[in-house]
Amino acid sequence: MAIISFSQVSKRYPGGFEALKAVSFAVEPGEMLFLTGHSGAGKTTLLKLIAAIERANGGTVLVNGQNVSAMRASAIPYLRRHLGLVFQGQKLLHDRSVFDNVMLPLVVTGQPYREAARRARAALDKVGLLEREKANPVTLSGGEQQRLCVARAVVNRPAILLADEPTASLDAAYADEIMEMFSAFNQVGVTVLVATHDQQLIGKWHKRVLMLYRGKLL
Amino acid sequence: MRAWIQHHVLSFAQTLARLARSPFATALNVVAIGVALALPLGAYCVLGNLESVSHKISVEPQVSVFLAGDAAKADIVAVEARLKAAGGVRAVRFVSRETALVELSRTAGMQEVIASLRRNPLPDAFVVTLAASDPALADQLELQFKSLSKVAHVQADSAWVRRLDALLRLGRTAVVLLSALLGLALVTVTFNTIRLQILTQRDEIELCRLIGATHAYIRRPFFYLGSLLGLLGGVAALAIVLAALAVLNRDLLQLAPLYGSDLRLRFPNLEEMLAALAASVALGWLGAYLSVSRHLLGVDPIR
Repeated sequence: MAIISFSQVSKRYPGGFEALKAVSFAVEPGEMLFLTGHSGAGKTTLLKLIAAIERANGGTVLVNGQNVSAMRASAIPYLRRHLGLVFQGQKLLHDRSVFDNVMLPLVVTGQPYREAARRARAALDKVGLLEREKANPVTLSGGEQQRLCVARAVVNRPAILLADEPTASLDAAYADEIMEMFSAFNQVGVTVLVATHDQQLIGKWHKRVLMLYRGKLL
Repeated sequence: MRAWIQHHVLSFAQTLARLARSPFATALNVVAIGVALALPLGAYCVLGNLESVSHKISVEPQVSVFLAGDAAKADIVAVEARLKAAGGVRAVRFVSRETALVELSRTAGMQEVIASLRRNPLPDAFVVTLAASDPALADQLELQFKSLSKVAHVQADSAWVRRLDALLRLGRTAVVLLSALLGLALVTVTFNTIRLQILTQRDEIELCRLIGATHAYIRRPFFYLGSLLGLLGGVAALAIVLAALAVLNRDLLQLAPLYGSDLRLRFPNLEEMLAALAASVALGWLGAYLSVSRHLLGVDPIR
């Protein structure tokens, strides 16, 4: 069974702008794929529908077998605990250390502290930031900050990783680094969906590509 | 369950840390709440003192029953029996016209007046002591005694009791109004404090929503913050009131003996203090609840 499935999904923003028009696709568990298109094509909207940050106006969005488009507000937090989100402009908290930033998803879901700390260090180790755990995120470089976001997204061992332009502000070497990490998570069974307009990056990784054009899937 | 307790402890600790991080603003808030609560609390204490004084004075509510000039011995005995039989009467004391004259003549300046009288103008009388200081009871007995035969005049000293009672009722109403008004002020102070806190933590709240925090998880620290502000404000209010009472008592200690009284202001007892603290915590929580309901919606990324 598909882990993510869209059928005839449309999204219209207040004001009349149609971000998505009758979009249908399915993603199998353990798959890694790209979502691409020009800016404004609806990539971010599509990811937001999966995470229930926005609600569809028509059609059905199924994630992990749950109908996200008809989900009660009180059930949404539990859906999101299965998702790792690396979103644009998703801020790191500057009033606490690198370690505490990664701890946050575990604290929010009520993990026992000892186990949570172990997993947070493991996640930091995977993205190569373990020796910076006491640093403040402000002191990290752009690439390091993005890696910290990735660590925070995967620390809860999500079934699905959603990334929106994760390499946008990074140079090619850093971008490759991030993609290597995503690939490594995909190797251990995580479903990875990466939205990007970077055609070079897509060309380097031979994965399925969903192409959006003015809100329609090509 | 363990996770739930762990989270409560954690969110309480975070709230404390947050307050400690801006000690000046916290202190100002606490003082504002403390002063707002100290006024009705202080008024309540003073009123309580007045009430206890008024009870002390009217411990012996009395009704005087004056008999007609032509009342015979048998009439006196009959009236006395009726008075003793009436409900709500604790004691009946007979004051004969001779005794009354002797008592009156002891009053300075009255001796010559009495000596100039050809006969004793005073009637026989009964002083009836009532069981309870209740103006309604005094009124009822006054009417009842008036209808007895050979009773010329009945005088209940309930008028001043009633006046004091009305004054105290007025005072109590004023305290209730004051409490309501300043309770509202407390709610407003916490409401605004929480609003500012939500604004400064906007990023964190948005992020927590995205990583699967429940509504309850996000609201909880703010409830703690509101309740804690209420509690600290309540403690400040109690400190203000106790200090004020102590200072007033020191002055009363010099004043009261001049009036031959040992009048002291009573301090609020433990239950009253706990009730005041509970009320201020509840009001702080209410302010937080209103603020969270109003302002967290705006931060919610779910639309």
